Amino acid sequence: MKTRRVTAAVASVLALSLGAAACGGGDNNNDDNGGNGAKDAALTSIVNASSKKGGTLSLEHSDVPDSLDGGNTYYGWVQNFSRLYGRSLTSFKPAAGKEGLEIVPDLAESLGKPSADAKSWTYKLRKGLKFQDGTPITSKDVKYAIERSNFAPEALSNGPTYFKAYLVGGDKYQGPYKDKSAEGLKSIETPDDQTIIFKLKQPFADFDYLATFSQTAPVPKAKDTGAKYVQNIVSSGPYQFQSYEEGRGATLVRNPQWDPKTDPIRKALPDKVTIKFKVNPVTVDNDLLSDKITADAAGTGVQPQTQPKVLAGPNAKQTDNSYAGATQYIALNVNVKPFDNVHCRKAVQWGLNKQSVIDAMGGSPKGDVATTLLPPSVNGYTKFDTYPSAGHKGDAAKAKEELKACGKPNGFSTILTARSDRPAEIAAATAIQASLKSIGINIEIKQFPSGKYFSNFAGVPSYVHQNKLGMLSMAWGADWPTGYGFLDQIINGAAIKPSGGNNLMELNDPKINKALTDAIANTDDAARTKAWGDIDKMVLDNASVVPLVYRKNLLLRPKSATNVTVTQAYLGMYDYLLMSSSK
Amino acid sequence: MGAVLLLLVVSAVTFAIFFLVPKLGGQTADQLATQYVGKDANPESVAAIKKNLGLDQPIAIQYWDYIKGLVVGADYKFGPDATRCDAPCFGYSFKSHVEVWPQLQERIPVSFSLAIGAAVIWLIFGVTTGVISALRKGKPVDRVAMFIALAGVSLPIFFTGQVLSALFVYEVPIWESIDYVPFTQNPAEWAWHLLLPWISLAFLFSALYARLTRAGMLETMGEDYIRTARAKGLRETTVVAKHGLRAALTPIVTIFGMDFGTLVGSAVLTETVFSLQGIGAYAVQSIKDNDLPIVMGVTLVAAFFIVFCNLIVDLVYAAIDPRVRYS
Repeated sequence: MKTRRVTAAVASVLALSLGAAACGGGDNNNDDNGGNGAKDAALTSIVNASSKKGGTLSLEHSDVPDSLDGGNTYYGWVQNFSRLYGRSLTSFKPAAGKEGLEIVPDLAESLGKPSADAKSWTYKLRKGLKFQDGTPITSKDVKYAIERSNFAPEALSNGPTYFKAYLVGGDKYQGPYKDKSAEGLKSIETPDDQTIIFKLKQPFADFDYLATFSQTAPVPKAKDTGAKYVQNIVSSGPYQFQSYEEGRGATLVRNPQWDPKTDPIRKALPDKVTIKFKVNPVTVDNDLLSDKITADAAGTGVQPQTQPKVLAGPNAKQTDNSYAGATQYIALNVNVKPFDNVHCRKAVQWGLNKQSVIDAMGGSPKGDVATTLLPPSVNGYTKFDTYPSAGHKGDAAKAKEELKACGKPNGFSTILTARSDRPAEIAAATAIQASLKSIGINIEIKQFPSGKYFSNFAGVPSYVHQNKLGMLSMAWGADWPTGYGFLDQIINGAAIKPSGGNNLMELNDPKINKALTDAIANTDDAARTKAWGDIDKMVLDNASVVPLVYRKNLLLRPKSATNVTVTQAYLGMYDYLLMSSSK
Repeated sequence: MGAVLLLLVVSAVTFAIFFLVPKLGGQTADQLATQYVGKDANPESVAAIKKNLGLDQPIAIQYWDYIKGLVVGADYKFGPDATRCDAPCFGYSFKSHVEVWPQLQERIPVSFSLAIGAAVIWLIFGVTTGVISALRKGKPVDRVAMFIALAGVSLPIFFTGQVLSALFVYEVPIWESIDYVPFTQNPAEWAWHLLLPWISLAFLFSALYARLTRAGMLETMGEDYIRTARAKGLRETTVVAKHGLRAALTPIVTIFGMDFGTLVGSAVLTETVFSLQGIGAYAVQSIKDNDLPIVMGVTLVAAFFIVFCNLIVDLVYAAIDPRVRYS
């Protein structure tokens, strides 16, 4: 009896401790001062607007960046963050809502001046620009930054290579580490220290978007140490590195050489910026909830286990459910039977219960049901639904008609891939399996590690064909927020590669390829924007892409965060150029 | 010499696992190189990286180059000029292109600090609890101690660590944050900031050591020589400490050597829960990234500490067991 009492007492103490832990910080945020805006306020406005200088913008990230070197990164959050210490030729306007998708000149005096055929783009740099060591920034530093970032894959291979793809002679130039000639890449001309001219192989009307890439932030040739440059980045922005610890974090302080008169887009309110890497994801969420940090640098939202606590508690008004600029979809490989037959593809389009997929993934905070490939936050998005059904629950009758037309009236069997370390993707795959079984399509799910998904499996056509991987899970965000920036790498036949490719459907439709080429050559903004919606419709008519979800982030803004707004230009995360802190 | 051979074998096995197992699954050198190119894996980038990382060479040559780098250093070119990586050169990260050895040097103190503090706590509490439990066998104090020990052994660190963190960093914020402050910078801050990770880790090990000590003491205290010691009129504390505990300690020291050595290289859960940038967390990251030079580096460091701690244990044997003598 005595033993039981002791056991009960110990159990009670343990249960109380665990209960307190499970409540996790709710009491700390119980005051209802309303000073931090309403739910979703930062989607369309600047929350906690302030012009007060000082404080520390402190960020945490549960992982490490590919690199903080603007010339060696592909990560959206680094593009956003690097604007604090690197100024590109153009940038996205630090503003709320749709205004945040506007391009504004940054290092350049004005947006690029295209030639009539959009094959030549000229920028003039502002006067009075300086690096952190006081040396003037010239057009040659911008040219060098582009050369090292696009043409030296032996050292800097993380970033995109659009400049290499579009510049004349880009396929032949060996890069600044091998080609020691004084003139470098001839298709980037620098007639004087202020002017830079880009000569392109083909008309490219989105060039101002390419100019927003951190790859155009100047790098002084004398200070470049290749892959090691990340340890000693020379700032051209309002902040410079005080310290950088590989894989652990960095501290930035004010750059005394930055002149606000040359920079109309940055307010640079915080005195200091800190960022810590490899912080336990739950700790990041707890630090946000207890107002210990200003933002989660990743900008992808709180962890699944934190979501219920945030949505149901008093912190709900501090959340912003933003579009992540990405669409999750299933690629139906047109070279794997039976998906070489358009009717078999259409059977999947009609038969799938998309609502069940989103429910399995975690419901509306995770996203909205997708009917197009382009997500709503991208310039060129047009709302349509080629395969409509009540409540997005699928239309079994139409699916069966398509199965008959495809010559498989009783259905067929196929394989669906998913990434083993992405629980939401596996949940979606399981829901798809259950949904399509009802119309006779039997799916076997095969899982692969995400680190090798494109290099060894789903992105390798020979592997896909050999293993009959008919349905491939995929998610994609735009490299820049226009239809071309989103679509080119995933639907253009030219994007099919022996390995590491992203066109998982192996879609190589001459009409779609031509439509992409024609549209990007069109300098009429309105016509070009409309074309992206038309191309999206062509892809859905082809039926090789099954859009599932427009992904959303559930962001949390702590009370100390000021000037908070979501930027659609950077995958629906907070705008770090604008953000400051009252702490 | 034996230790060096062992480390060579460990490195060869790690190398073989890294290359040969995926190769059996059909992975080509191009596919391997593609993982280090980033999102834009065009053929030129893949070829350049493959050549620069030496992945186009036969595996035996790659291994030879690696071992040579450890002994005489190596030259690498990841920028405008070649850079020298002095011996012991553990190579350059395939992902971030930074030298591995400086990264290991920065992380070893974190893991060592975590292990040493936790070890002190678990030895004090574990052994003391074990001795008391053995001496009070069947009494309430023994039952309570063994109940706590059972809980300690059963509760994983990712649970106790999260609970302690939730309670004392967020609910009742005694700690503002858990960070690593170097011992040389401020010893008091070093200890204060590591106290929660130490307690989490020590909770598990104390429980284990309490049970081990209890079992050892129960066996030893029943020996004839203990009865003889008591019959000679020695004080009970002397009997327990000098004759009982000393004999019971030998297996505990053996296990402690293994545990401590292993922990320096693989306190993965504690480091992850408390966001400490030690060797264990680095190992997880490198495996996730398929970053061979770092995998090799952390494996060799972990193996070194296990070998080194076992060597120390051998030396300690002589001090605690009169039957063992150096030859």
